[in-house]
Amino acid sequence: MTIPMTPEAGAPVAAAPGSAAAPGSAAFRRFVQAVLRNRKATAGLVILALMSIVALFPQLFTNVDPQATIFDQQVGPSAQHLLGTTQVGEDVFAQLIWGTRLTLLITVIVSLAATVISVLIGVTAAYVGGMADRTLSLVTDVFLVLPTLPLLIVLTAYLPSGSLTITAVMIATSWAFAARQLRAQGLSLRTRDFLEAAKVRGERRSYIIIVEILPNMISLLVASFLGLAVFVVGFAAGLQFLGLGNSTELTWGTMLYYSQQNGALESGNALWMLAPGAAVAILGTGFALLNYAFDEIGNPALRPVRRRRGKPA
Amino acid sequence: MASPLSNGRSPLLEVGDLSVDYVTEAADVRAVDHVDLEVQPGEFLAIVGESGCGKSTLLFAIAQLLSPPAEIAGGTVVFKGRDMVKLTEDELRHIRWRDYSVVMQSAMNALNPMKSIEGQFRDTLEAHDSMSRKAIRDRSAEVLHLVGIDAVHLKSYPHQLSGGMRQRAMIAMALLFTPELVIMDEPTSALDVVAQRSLMSQIKDLQRRLGFAVIFVTHDMSLVRHYSDRLMVMYAGQVAELGATGSIFENPLHPYSKGLLDAFPSIRGPRRPLTGIPGSPPDLSRPPSGCRFQPRCPVAMAQCVATAPDLYEVGGTRVRCLLHADAPKDAAAV
Amino acid sequence: MRYVARRMGLFVLTLWAALTVNFLIPRLMPGDEATAVLSRMKGVNPAALHALQVEFGINTDQNVLVTYFQYLGNCLTGQFGLTASRVPVMTDILDKLPWTLALVGITTVIAFAIGTMVGVLSAWRRGGRLDSILPPLLFIVSTMPVFFVALVLLYVFAVTLGWLPIASNYELGSTPSLTLGFASDVVSHAILPGLTLVVVTAGSWIYTMRNNMVTTLAEDYVRMARAKGLPGWQIMLDYAARNAILPNLTGFAMQLGYVLGGSILVEYTFSYPGLGYLFYTGTTNHDLPLQSALFLVYTLAILICVLIADFASAILDPRTRDS
Repeated sequence: MTIPMTPEAGAPVAAAPGSAAAPGSAAFRRFVQAVLRNRKATAGLVILALMSIVALFPQLFTNVDPQATIFDQQVGPSAQHLLGTTQVGEDVFAQLIWGTRLTLLITVIVSLAATVISVLIGVTAAYVGGMADRTLSLVTDVFLVLPTLPLLIVLTAYLPSGSLTITAVMIATSWAFAARQLRAQGLSLRTRDFLEAAKVRGERRSYIIIVEILPNMISLLVASFLGLAVFVVGFAAGLQFLGLGNSTELTWGTMLYYSQQNGALESGNALWMLAPGAAVAILGTGFALLNYAFDEIGNPALRPVRRRRGKPA
Repeated sequence: MASPLSNGRSPLLEVGDLSVDYVTEAADVRAVDHVDLEVQPGEFLAIVGESGCGKSTLLFAIAQLLSPPAEIAGGTVVFKGRDMVKLTEDELRHIRWRDYSVVMQSAMNALNPMKSIEGQFRDTLEAHDSMSRKAIRDRSAEVLHLVGIDAVHLKSYPHQLSGGMRQRAMIAMALLFTPELVIMDEPTSALDVVAQRSLMSQIKDLQRRLGFAVIFVTHDMSLVRHYSDRLMVMYAGQVAELGATGSIFENPLHPYSKGLLDAFPSIRGPRRPLTGIPGSPPDLSRPPSGCRFQPRCPVAMAQCVATAPDLYEVGGTRVRCLLHADAPKDAAAV
Repeated sequence: MRYVARRMGLFVLTLWAALTVNFLIPRLMPGDEATAVLSRMKGVNPAALHALQVEFGINTDQNVLVTYFQYLGNCLTGQFGLTASRVPVMTDILDKLPWTLALVGITTVIAFAIGTMVGVLSAWRRGGRLDSILPPLLFIVSTMPVFFVALVLLYVFAVTLGWLPIASNYELGSTPSLTLGFASDVVSHAILPGLTLVVVTAGSWIYTMRNNMVTTLAEDYVRMARAKGLPGWQIMLDYAARNAILPNLTGFAMQLGYVLGGSILVEYTFSYPGLGYLFYTGTTNHDLPLQSALFLVYTLAILICVLIADFASAILDPRTRDS
């Protein structure tokens, strides 16, 4: 997992001496520059941007109806069908393009919602303290230990199959990890002076939490969201692959389900299975690259070392 | 080797024209700029300066403990006749701790939290010598006794000792091989005032008994007043003033030294308003033109912006200030 | 001693929570819904349906608390009812358990060892070739979904190249025996699933280990160890690696939840008949007794691992002992 283990995710380790502190806007500009200069961040952004465009405007990439069963059945790749056809004669490439939308939607919604929940629980626990903190922490720890996929399987057994279920269930099971990280960071921030200053000024607790604490946790929040996204992409597809999704919906995961059921790998149109699988992998990698880049940007000690001359460390 | 400074003895340590750069993606920042200094055997040299002036970097450069992105950009560090900059890590390892040792600022960070005191002493002893377990234990107890810690604490872990004890344990560890030079980076900063003085006098006492030289880095000038033989004032990576402690305290030549001294009112003298040095230390990626101190200097002249001063010799003191430019240049200065 | 008691207490508490969650899930569903779900279970006739209803506490007027304690007792004695094929759930589980245990257990140990070594070495030689290639590469592979790695390996090595078998844990039809031939058959069937798990687990652990190592190497006590003239390997292992691993041992154990979930997908992809595959057939048969029992088994497995990691931390890290 790339969510840092220590609370102070943003603390630089090797600071050059004598550098003066930069005011807010200059720091933001430098941040943007750092992002653009980082190759991993750029690669990740390109992947995500491409996927988003495909999701929003699938018509740009194919004009075939993904669910039209008019083509030859289970045929390998050809000039007409870049990725072959399914066992009922649908065009795989069209399915891949149109399936992007729902896949991406599930990923983003789950990651966002889970991050929001983890913030609420983690930061509240850290700041309010006492009995509430202990209870919330206990609940978080329990959810943390419960194995996600088995729990997902059991829950989806009782609920109507489909993307809504998968979304809800994944939100319910994936907030715990980030909540723990956020609570740790919240605790370390809690004793800082600028919070004391806010309290002395007479600000209300909710104000302090929202205006003072949260901006300092942005780097951890972003890291949580990205880390979650990597995980959600794979697991949502995995669930659908197992057949726990709604097989009438079109996502990359359901494509995997059908291709598995029809032995695509062995019967000559392996791309029917490998293409959606690769798509899931690439999407996950996009989020992961961004996450990796964020780690490097936030913690300069992790950046690539430039060796000039002199003895190795 | 350059000429000796006092008593005709040859110096234990001679730093010549040493520069240290921090190599970053954006630009290189020079943290230590052409520094010369010498330390005689048994001498106590204090290095004083504000945060960010490069004194810790200088210390680590001398001890050959820099790590990326910091690099030695040029110069020599001649210790007992050998230039350490040119030695390989293997060659260095032979003299590390035997001939010179290091005491760091925070013992809590400098001691391995997962090893007992005895374990850390043993590591050091075994790295340089083959000694029997009993000999190791005896020596460990002996150095602890030197700093006034009972041998029962050998079994303790760093987090189990008090702050002062930890610091003294670190000093004890530095003395395991009775080295000729002990380099100390603000060892008292983490302690309260009373513990500070107590530690200082203990260090001085040990120095007298065992005869090692000390390079002591601190931001607190008044702390070293009665303990150091010579004093070096550092500013923005350069030597501002270097000379006998007494002379500098009585008659500071550099306006910066004077400013530092003025900031510490005497506890016995007449009451006067507190003064400081206005402004802040320069950004070393873009140092001021000419003299680095001129933006904050109360007596800056027009030529201070245009000309960067060399080190000039006035009496036994070297000073980097154009006020003393008519004095003859020191042979070893840049 | 107090630390041990606290950790055991947390273990028991979490186990109880998991048991309770498992108990509550079917009962929280509205009555008709639940019955509908139960009736979807393969091989269910009205008599069996009634038995299931009683077992899952739906549409009965039994006292909930009484059933709850009966349930707890049953769980502790391993009585989980019957599967869709009228076999005791416990028997089925115990039958498949060794296969999954061996697969996941061995691969986790290998992945941990590889991950630690590579992570430590690549951080130690920052900027060297190992550090620039391996961590990013493995990181990318480790972020790929488990089933994709499995599919690729399956396609390349089993389907296309034919070097390794496509499915199952040993050749169908052969009888298990303690011979070398059978053993090598088992191993050749376990290579691809094992490789998948190792790649995914090791990849993320290398990344974490490397980053922790880099942070640890910047610590003062590492610089101090250098100053003392200790040999390089001793600094790397005794002063850096040890301090880098220990705080994260528990984190590694918690990641096992992810690995166990992944193992289900791996077993499914390779038709490897372990607990994961059992879980899958349980879902297609809507076999609720089996599914809920397996959920508990997986939870117990993780809890045990976390407990072991906590105790290992306590033994090896003097700071936790005193806290």
